[in-house]
Amino acid sequence: MNLRKIIPLLVFAVLFAFLFRGLSLKPRVIPSVLIDKPMPQTVLPALMVSEISKTGIGFSTDQITAKGGLVLVNFYASWCPPCRIEHPALLRLQKLGYKIYGIAYKDKPEDAQNFVDNLGNPYVNIGVDLKGKAGVDWGVYAVPETFVILNGRVIYKHFGVIHEQDMEDIEALLDKAKTSQQEKK
Amino acid sequence: MIVEYGHLAVALALSLALVQAIIPMFGAYHGNVRLMRLARPVAIGQLLFVSFSFGALIYAYLGSDFSVVNIVKNSHSLKPLLYKISGLWSNHEGSLLLWALIIALFGALVAIFGRGLPLSLQSRVLSIQAMIGVGFYLFLLTTSNPFLRIFPFPDEGRGLNPLLQDPGLAFHPPFLYLGYVGLSVSFSFAVAALIEGKVDAAWARWVRPWALLAWVFLTIGIVLGSWWAYYELGWGGWWAWDPVENASFMPWLVCTALIHSAIVVEKRETLKSWTILLALTAFSFSLLGTFIVRSGVLTSVHAFATDPERGIFILGFLGAVIGGSLLLYALRVDKIEKGSIFAPISRETGLLINNLLLCTGVAVVFFGTLYPLLLDAMTGDKISVGAPFFNKTFVPLMMPLIFIMGFAIQLNWKRADIKAVASRLKFIFGASVLAAVMIFYTMDTDNFMAALWFGLGLWLVLATFADLFKRIGLGKSGNLLNKIKRQPRATWGMFFGHLGFAIAVLGMTGTSNLSQEFQNIMARGQKIDIGGYEVTFEGAKAEVGANYTAVRGLFTVREGGEILTKLEPATRTYITPYQSTTEAALYTALRGDLFIVISEEQEILIDTKKTSVFGVRIYHKFMQVWLWIGMIIMVVGGLFSLSDRRFRIGVPLKSLFAKKNKIRAGE
Amino acid sequence: MKIIFRTILFVFLMGFITPIAYSEIFDPDKLKDEVLEEKSQEIMKKLRCLVCQNQSIVDSDAGHAKDLRNIVRQRVKAGDNEGQILDYMTSRYGDWVLLQPPFMAATALLWLSPIILLAFGVFIILRHQKKLKKISAPQNLSQDEQDQLKKILDQKNNLEEE
Repeated sequence: MNLRKIIPLLVFAVLFAFLFRGLSLKPRVIPSVLIDKPMPQTVLPALMVSEISKTGIGFSTDQITAKGGLVLVNFYASWCPPCRIEHPALLRLQKLGYKIYGIAYKDKPEDAQNFVDNLGNPYVNIGVDLKGKAGVDWGVYAVPETFVILNGRVIYKHFGVIHEQDMEDIEALLDKAKTSQQEKK
Repeated sequence: MIVEYGHLAVALALSLALVQAIIPMFGAYHGNVRLMRLARPVAIGQLLFVSFSFGALIYAYLGSDFSVVNIVKNSHSLKPLLYKISGLWSNHEGSLLLWALIIALFGALVAIFGRGLPLSLQSRVLSIQAMIGVGFYLFLLTTSNPFLRIFPFPDEGRGLNPLLQDPGLAFHPPFLYLGYVGLSVSFSFAVAALIEGKVDAAWARWVRPWALLAWVFLTIGIVLGSWWAYYELGWGGWWAWDPVENASFMPWLVCTALIHSAIVVEKRETLKSWTILLALTAFSFSLLGTFIVRSGVLTSVHAFATDPERGIFILGFLGAVIGGSLLLYALRVDKIEKGSIFAPISRETGLLINNLLLCTGVAVVFFGTLYPLLLDAMTGDKISVGAPFFNKTFVPLMMPLIFIMGFAIQLNWKRADIKAVASRLKFIFGASVLAAVMIFYTMDTDNFMAALWFGLGLWLVLATFADLFKRIGLGKSGNLLNKIKRQPRATWGMFFGHLGFAIAVLGMTGTSNLSQEFQNIMARGQKIDIGGYEVTFEGAKAEVGANYTAVRGLFTVREGGEILTKLEPATRTYITPYQSTTEAALYTALRGDLFIVISEEQEILIDTKKTSVFGVRIYHKFMQVWLWIGMIIMVVGGLFSLSDRRFRIGVPLKSLFAKKNKIRAGE
Repeated sequence: MKIIFRTILFVFLMGFITPIAYSEIFDPDKLKDEVLEEKSQEIMKKLRCLVCQNQSIVDSDAGHAKDLRNIVRQRVKAGDNEGQILDYMTSRYGDWVLLQPPFMAATALLWLSPIILLAFGVFIILRHQKKLKKISAPQNLSQDEQDQLKKILDQKNNLEEE
């Protein structure tokens, strides 16, 4: 058969395959470029001077890296409705024994404080990112966003609300990270 | 109850469409005249049922019947009448019903005006038209039912996005769909021609008006959308190379290529299989565009609320229609006779180069639009292909197109004398180069491209006039008025089509390269100079509208100390749904638009005094109006061409009546 | 016609760029230095707003776009050049943030597509023309046909002579 005649059909067949594949892709989720890289150096003032941080530092990547281990970093804001939806999931992760650091993203400190006072505080400590500068350093563009850190390196980023159905995935990921960490020891 | 009848009418239209799809095709295959004759009344019946269904939904919208999900989501009892109606097609389900209506409408038009066509061709065209319709009816009845009720129902609707409450955008979708769906007729003609294995001058004469009609509608639809984006979004942008914009631009480009290549088929009976392929591609791009807008595979500013289930349906439909037609093309294209040859320098070659450049342009836009998806699917990398890419790739491709346009319109068919044409155009060429050089030296040095584009635009304007003068025979003896009258409408079609394009090119060049902007806060009494105007901010006041509150600013525009006009831009805050929109104020002059946008009040400290200021954006959009004028002239050109005696859709009908009358008169 | 010439005349008389008088009021977001502000604007036009889809950060009122604008301005002020700022942005948000995709292995096909597609089109047309010419080129007459033709012509000549 003459090739010229079937070129249009072939082009369309390839296109069709791609479009079909495209239906299951998520164009709005931009993968983090920080994966497998050390956390971007960040030091943020504490939302409240708590028992743990009398220094006034709420979030310090150097401290987290020095301590090592598995840590979650959650960007949240009181003005973001999805963060409210996500909150119970964070509390559950806390109950399971995970360390979660909060970063109050572009939020008034008193509002960010009220948020955890009213809904419960899943965080070890909370840093204040008043202008969103740290958020940009971390490649955050729509809160909530949650990073999983292992020994100071970013291993995963969850974009948007951690839903019930995401919990299994995230727990599996955390378990895997934990075991690999233990193996190393 | 009327809503349920409307739903039922869609089901009945589906059954008629099935009849229309199968029986006439069967009849045409067996040469059974009675079966073929069935196509016409059924096509008209199908239109009646869909119209009823559409009317039922409009009726429910007008009565704000909030027991219908679609109306709850897209309407509000306080909305003005026009936007209650346009709410219908502002969403996926309703716009799909509009699609189905237009498909049936074009089917009925072919049935009514196509009586001069050979019966077998007409039956096949109508049958294919109905097959496309079947897909849309099934879509309406399965995943996208606009007549769905809810219970218990709310007292009030959620309203229509206030950005969409605008006359420009109210009429944008219907025109765009008339264009998209209008291309289905040329598609059906092409498929029918493949089945019959016959493409000749007559076929081209039949298919060209439908392609032209679709082209006119598409152009109007795109212009309305662009115009809306220009003044409603408040950034003065008229084209952003967004995937959804590209989705409407690609069929337009292919359709432009089609109406040109169909001329070659008509005059010289060559480029036949290419023209068939273009007719198939043009409608394929319409469907692809629909898929892009509604499936959410690409991120876009304008996308409908998306749903993967719909995506799968449209993709399946796409596969059947496009895949099926291209398979038919592969199998049957050999049946179409090879065309006659032409010399390397001839009108045919000119049109072939036009097609080559337009289609390369389409391919580049298409590839660029889909590239993020292709890359994501292959490697998982996410990239953006934004306006700068298209400006650097598509736009340069149009440069040789414009240059050759100026020449090609003067070339003869079959074999042309390039020396004669060149000597006719040498002064025009010199003038354009001179103009470009002059413009270049009065501008910043990095604006070389702008100068080149101005030169090209001017070249095309002058060459188009030169061609017209030659056709009329200016400077030769004879009554000029008579000579003008004697020109066929097609000449005027080409003249206005090309002239409009040239003027639009000048406008695009001006507004893209030489616009100025001012973005800052302004306090009362402050003045700025922009684009040769002096603009004074006189203050602002609060306003309360029917379903919004607003801040309205007052600006005085002076030129040389004289007051030209007062402009009152506003920013509105709507209550349902909560959203703010900018109402830009425009002062339009041939030299450029003054475009002012105001945002909300803020208080800042100036010299320790609290002062009330407003965020203000003022643009001088150089030669912006040329773009709109050019586009309107292009549409006028399309209409002239459409009214040419050879192409007039009603011609076969008229001659039919004439014949009947003759018979009646006993001749 | 007149319009065009009048515009060209206008262009001549006015010059294209009339300077914009900047506001004297201090805008916290804008850089006072006009040259630096213009440089920042050029860079901002190349960055895609992440929350609004397919708009540059210059054309967006979104809060996140504003944050990125300020970061661009800060860095311009601190003396960073365009490349450094774009590198910083891509190191945070990936290539996605660039409205114009960079030329690299993954985008080579994209950037070369206009040339490839045009060349392909030209190739198809030339091949088709060649084929067409072959089909419709006049075939040379066979020996028999030539003989016949000669005979007919001879007869004709003879008739005329008579």
